[in-house]
Amino acid sequence: MLRRTFLTLAGATGLMLAASAGALAQEAIRIGLILPMTGPFASTGRQIEAATRLYMQQNGDTVGGRKVEIVLRDDTGVADVTRRLAQELIVNQKVTVLAGFGLTPLALATAPLSTQAKTPQVVMAAATSIITEQSPFIVRTSFTAPQVTVPLAEWAAKQGMKKAMTLVSDYGPGHDTERAFTETFSKAGGQVDNLRVPLANPDFAPFLQRVADAKPDALMVFVPSGVGSQFMKQYVERGLDKSGIRLLAEGSVTDDDILNGMGDVALGAITAHHYSAAHDSPENKTFVDAFQKANKGMRPNFMAMGGYDGMHLIYEGLKKTNAQGGEALVNAMKGLSWTSPRGPMSIDPQTRDVVQTVYIRKVERVNGELYNVEFASVPNVKDPVKAAKSGSN
Amino acid sequence: MIRTSQEAAARLTRRGRWSLPEVVFWAAAAASVVLLPDRYLLLNEIVVIGLFALSLDLILGYAGIVSLGHAAFFGLGAYVAGLLAKHGVADPFLGLGLAAALAAALGLATSFFVLRGTDLTKLMVTLGFALVLAEIANQAAWLTGGADGLQGVVMGPVLGFFEFDIFGRTAYVYSLAVTFALFVVARRIVVSPFGLSLKAIRDNPLRARAVGIPVNRRLVAVYTLSAAYAGVAGALLAQTTQFVSLDVLAFHRSADVLLVLVIGGVGYLYGGLVGAVLFKVLQDNLAAITPQYWHFWIGVLLVILVLVGRDRVAAAPQAVWGRLTGRRSAAPLRLDPKPVEDA
Repeated sequence: MLRRTFLTLAGATGLMLAASAGALAQEAIRIGLILPMTGPFASTGRQIEAATRLYMQQNGDTVGGRKVEIVLRDDTGVADVTRRLAQELIVNQKVTVLAGFGLTPLALATAPLSTQAKTPQVVMAAATSIITEQSPFIVRTSFTAPQVTVPLAEWAAKQGMKKAMTLVSDYGPGHDTERAFTETFSKAGGQVDNLRVPLANPDFAPFLQRVADAKPDALMVFVPSGVGSQFMKQYVERGLDKSGIRLLAEGSVTDDDILNGMGDVALGAITAHHYSAAHDSPENKTFVDAFQKANKGMRPNFMAMGGYDGMHLIYEGLKKTNAQGGEALVNAMKGLSWTSPRGPMSIDPQTRDVVQTVYIRKVERVNGELYNVEFASVPNVKDPVKAAKSGSN
Repeated sequence: MIRTSQEAAARLTRRGRWSLPEVVFWAAAAASVVLLPDRYLLLNEIVVIGLFALSLDLILGYAGIVSLGHAAFFGLGAYVAGLLAKHGVADPFLGLGLAAALAAALGLATSFFVLRGTDLTKLMVTLGFALVLAEIANQAAWLTGGADGLQGVVMGPVLGFFEFDIFGRTAYVYSLAVTFALFVVARRIVVSPFGLSLKAIRDNPLRARAVGIPVNRRLVAVYTLSAAYAGVAGALLAQTTQFVSLDVLAFHRSADVLLVLVIGGVGYLYGGLVGAVLFKVLQDNLAAITPQYWHFWIGVLLVILVLVGRDRVAAAPQAVWGRLTGRRSAAPLRLDPKPVEDA
C-alpha cells in the first residue's frame, strides 16, 4: 500500500516535471501574469487578478483575431522567484506580454529579461519611480509614489500650512515619498521635519509623542497599506486627531480594500492618490458594480485599477499592432490615452510611465461605509522625478 | 589496540565507499541536463536550495546544532557575489570563493555565541543574527540597493567560455557542478574521523568530551564549514539569477530550508537534495494549478508525510530496489547506519 502510494507520488512528480514543459503550441496570445497570490502581499494579487478577469469578461477574449490567454503564476512576493517565473514564461510558454509585478524589487528583477527577450512588461502595481527606466520594454499603469505625494505637498502649502512633519516606513518607497514631500513643501516656503519608523512591526508611540510635542500644522504619513490601520489607531489613541494637527497620507495608507475595516479612526484623514472606489463618474460606477458582483462584494482598490487599465493597455496595443508583440507592441502602447474608471489617463511616450489625474481625498462615511471622497484634483500629473530629470537635460 | 584501530580504519573506508543508489542519484542529476531542457530554471533553483539544505544538514544532522538563521550566511554570500559582479569582477568562481570566505568568517565569528546555551538559545541567537544582518542590508541602501534590490549584476562567462543564457542551461550545469563538487567534499568529511567525532558529540556531548574529543573546537569548525557552504549557495543564486534582493536574508529562507531538510531527512547528506527536489517540484506544480491555494496542499502533504513517517516512505523504493537486484534488502542510502530522528 505504502509502496504503491510512494511510487504513484514519485511517478506523478516526474510526469508533472515533464508535462508542464511541452505542449501548448496553439496560436493564442499569452499574457504572463506574475503576482504575489500568497504571503503578506496576497491582497495585491487577488485584486489585480480579479480585475484582469473582469476586463476579459467584459471585453471578450479575442483581440485581432487571436485568442487571449492569461497564464497566472504566484511569485509569493520574492524577487528571484519572479525572475525565474518570468524567464520560464518567456522561454517555455512563449508569452507575448509579462504583466503584474506587485512590488518594486519584483519588477526590477525582471527588467533585464524584458530587454533581453524584447517582451513588453506591464507593471500594474509597483510604484517606485525608477522602474520604467530599467528597461525600454516596461510600461506602467499604476502610479509612482512621488506622483501622488507632490500634489499633496502643494495642496498642503496652498492651505497655508507652514510647518509639517513626515513619518514614513524606513525603506525605499518610504524614502521616495519623504523626499518628494519635503522638497515640494520646502520649495513652497514650508518647513519639514522627517521621522522614519522601522518597516517591520513598528511601534508608533514614541514617534507620535515627538509629533505631539512639535505641534506641526500637518503630519504626512506613508506606511505600507496593512500597517496603516495600526497607525491610525495609535494616532487616535494618543488624541492627536483632536490636537489640530492635520493628518495627510499617501493614498495607499487608506487603501479601499482595508479602509472600511479601520473604523472611525480613519475619518477625516486627507490623502492623495490616483484612484478611489468613490470616484464619481459613470465609468467608475459600472466598474465598481461589476467588480463587486463578480467578487462577492469585495471593493476594488487602486491595485485592481492598475490591473484593469493594464489589461486595457495590452488590448488596445494588440489591436493597433494586429496582435504583434515585441517592440511594435511597446511602441503601440506609447502615447495611448483613454478614460479609465479612475479618470483620464495616458502613457507618456517618452518615459512609458502613466500620466493621470491625482485627487486629494478625505475619508468620510458614505451610506454607512468609509470611502476616500475626492474634493480636489490635479490633472495630467507626470512622474515628477523623471520630469525633473528630462527638464534638466 | 592495533587491531581495533585497524578495524576502525577499515570501517571508515567501507563507509566511505559509494553505493549504487548514490551513483544512480547523481547519474539522474546529470541526465536531467539532457532530458529536461525546458526546466533548467527550476532545476537550478532546486540545486541551489539543495546545496543550502546540505549546509544546514552539516550542522543539524551531523553536529546537532539547530539554527533558524542560516539565511544570514546564504544572504551574505548572495550579496558578496552580487556586489563583486556589479563592480566589475565578473568571474563566477572568484565570486564563489570570496562569498565562501566571507561567509566562513562570519560563521567563525558568530559560532562562539551560537555554541553557548541550549537548543532554544541557539534558535534564538541564530534567528537574531539573521535579523540583524537583514536590517543592516536594508539600512545600507547605498551598497545593497535596500528594498529595491541590487541592480546591474552582470556575470562573466563560466571559465571564460560559457555565457549565462536565457534558457538557464549554463546556470544549471554550473550550479550542479559546483554542488556536486561540494557534496563530494562534504561526503569525504562526514565519513572521516572528524565526521565521526561530530556524530559522537551530537549523540552525547558529555561522553564525547570524556573520551577526549575537543567538543567546542569541532563544533566551531563544522559551523564555519557549514556557513561557507551556505555562502556558496547564496552566491550561486545571485550569480544565476543576476539579482539580489533583501529577501535572501529573510526569515522565510531559514524556515524553508529547515522544512526542505525535514522533508528529505537529516543526517545523511542526501536529505537536503532530495527534500529540495520534492519541495520545489510540488510547489511549482501546485502553484501552477492553483496559484492561490497551493500553500494549503503543501501543508496537507507535509502533515501526511510526517504522519506516515518518512522512513517508511523511504523504505518503499529501497524494497523495490532490493527486489530488482534480487536481494532481500538492499543496502540503505544512508551513510550513517543509525537512523536519525527529526530535529
